[in-house]
Amino acid sequence: MKRIWAALWLILLAAGLVGVYERLAQGHRVAGYTSNVPWGLWVALYMSLMGLSAGAFLLSNLAYVFNVKALRRVGRLGLLTALVSLIAALFAIWFDLGHMARFWKVFLRPNFASPMAWMVWLYTAYFVTLAGELWYAIRADLVRAADGDGIQARVARRLTFGNRDLTQQAMERDAHRVRLLGTIGVPLAIAFNAGSGVLFAVVEARPYWNSAVLPILFLVSALTTGGALLTFLVAFLTRDKGGETHRQTVAFLGRLTLGFLVLDLLLQVSELLVGLNTTVPGHGDAVRWMLAGPGWWSFWLVTVLAGAVVPIVMLTRRGASVSQMGTAGLLIAVSFVAVRLNIVVPGLVVPPLAGLPAAYVEPRLAFHYAPSAMEWLVALFIVIVGVGLFHLGRNVLPVAGENRREA
Amino acid sequence: MTALREARGGAGAVGTEAVGAASGNGVTSRRDLLRKAGVALAAVAVAEILETSEALSVVHAEALPGGSSAGAKPAVSVPAAPLASPGSEWRSNVLRMQDELAAALKKPLAERRWGMVIDRRKCVGCMSCTVACKAENGLPPGVVYRPVIEEEMGTYPAVGRRFTPRPCMQCENPPCVPVCPVHATYRQPDGVVVIDYEQCIGCRYCITACPYGARGFDFGEYYTTRTPEVQPYELSPSHEYGKKWVRKGERSPVGNARKCQFCLHRLNAGMLPACVTTCIGGATYFGDLKLAGSLVSEMIGQESASRLRDELGTRPAVYYLG
Ligand code: SF4
Ligand code: SF4
Repeated sequence: MKRIWAALWLILLAAGLVGVYERLAQGHRVAGYTSNVPWGLWVALYMSLMGLSAGAFLLSNLAYVFNVKALRRVGRLGLLTALVSLIAALFAIWFDLGHMARFWKVFLRPNFASPMAWMVWLYTAYFVTLAGELWYAIRADLVRAADGDGIQARVARRLTFGNRDLTQQAMERDAHRVRLLGTIGVPLAIAFNAGSGVLFAVVEARPYWNSAVLPILFLVSALTTGGALLTFLVAFLTRDKGGETHRQTVAFLGRLTLGFLVLDLLLQVSELLVGLNTTVPGHGDAVRWMLAGPGWWSFWLVTVLAGAVVPIVMLTRRGASVSQMGTAGLLIAVSFVAVRLNIVVPGLVVPPLAGLPAAYVEPRLAFHYAPSAMEWLVALFIVIVGVGLFHLGRNVLPVAGENRREA
Repeated sequence: MTALREARGGAGAVGTEAVGAASGNGVTSRRDLLRKAGVALAAVAVAEILETSEALSVVHAEALPGGSSAGAKPAVSVPAAPLASPGSEWRSNVLRMQDELAAALKKPLAERRWGMVIDRRKCVGCMSCTVACKAENGLPPGVVYRPVIEEEMGTYPAVGRRFTPRPCMQCENPPCVPVCPVHATYRQPDGVVVIDYEQCIGCRYCITACPYGARGFDFGEYYTTRTPEVQPYELSPSHEYGKKWVRKGERSPVGNARKCQFCLHRLNAGMLPACVTTCIGGATYFGDLKLAGSLVSEMIGQESASRLRDELGTRPAVYYLG
């Protein structure tokens, strides 16, 4: 079984690499976005991964900072998920830049009037906090794992950075630092996630984005997807599967996810209803495009069916099995890319001036968008690298299952 | 594509043969005869052209003093277009705008406010400005600084069309500027919103923020990519912002946001923007809105002057009449 997974992973990685090669060799020439719909799949993927990261992080810190006992077993796995999602998200947005080699300019000459600059600074701070928190959360186990010759032991030795202190005092200090970093990280995660909502909401040129609900929606979506992904990971990938505690943890995560999902849907419906009934008809064009435009299926089939109806049924069934709950989680986490895509694209396909689409007609000025093969492949690459990093982290770092100290 | 290549190859071969024949050893071949005949024909043609152009210049000269081409023979009435006559309103307007441009350039940057007035009643929708701008700024597929929006109003037979050329509005409160994460786009003291191609990271946030759709992204494409060769005109440098930009590989401005900058490079050399000088309807006016008595400042005082989406508070420097 392991071999099959590894082979599949390698095949998908190879396919993804084809996309990356195309992207690097051809630049944006093989992309599906246009001058008029300048953002697409990667921006949506970036936001989804950012949401996953923040969501997983916030839920982990329910255990560390807010002492929610039911989530103790999730803590480290959640932190690892958050870290990996964040790295993948950064890849997604990096590939999207017109000049990839200039990303550092956001650090050296930031314009703090721009929500985008704020985002970058916030998630950089978040990155550092998160990495630190994860380190303190696993340091003691790293020290324990450092004896021996295996690859795990060698990595563990490296990662202790020479701090091998296992006294009670040192462990207490670790726990304290975890809590401290978590306390710093929670507002950071909230800020940069709501911040990505702000990034869209401030653009008045796009009435569909210009809504104060958006930052809140982004936050709720983060918690929904973060919870969903953790439900899946805990259901299928913790080492002490099968026991009653395991079942309870998954059920708790499932319920949490369900709650966030319902709240998320409420906010989405609110946006939809307002959009459909605007008294200035043009302001509802984006919503109508989403419901009945060429990408209708991404809303009805992916978001409504696969992302809401099916998982809600699975999660609310009495006596739902652990794997059912886990599958529901995966469905929600994956299908949310469509939710993000349906924030980005409908806002852009509506021309800011009537008559503009017909004024000068050529493919790169089109007011519609479908991701190109290269974009799909690069997206695949990002996800596959994320999966690989997660797998590596889970196997090399003491994050899953052996939560002795916390349990 | 193959057909084209063959055609080119064929032409090349014919050329070589012809040269071979010409440099031959004096044997008069049929080809030679043909060639001589060709030269003779060409001579006749040149003579005819010369005659015609003489006639043209006569008519032209005749037309000048009167400022009217009424007396011109129908066959040669084409060159006597109103544009060329000194009495024409447009010609004097261009001369006046040029003088005003020179005067404005003598003032410090911060005391100029470049502005444009577009008279929609005069625009005929020919899109010469669009094309001239494409050529002037070396614009690739996906980037058009000045499209002309067409609208049809009324029902037949009472039907009218209105044309709205849409350059960048050079907003006084430009929504595209604050969103840029790296200060790559900003408003100059003379009111022109510029992009520093060397700083722009190509995030495209500004493109989404412009309420006029006035920004585009340079994907690095050429119009002649799928032809036998990328034509040299697509590789020759453009002079935006007074620098030389060769669009090659991923070098800027490829990968950057791009927009109309009122042809700053031409302005600074004392020339009007390309769209102004090529406008066949004489519908686009340009100048310093802060220069007392300038043509544009007079025009925006008219009752019919308006700005696009003025309710947004962006305060464009482009005004429309009609
Ligand atoms: S028209 Fe658009 S690109 Fe031009 S200054 Fe205004 S907001 Fe910026
Ligand atoms: S595309 Fe360039 S100019 Fe526009 S916001 Fe991004 S960095 Fe700034």
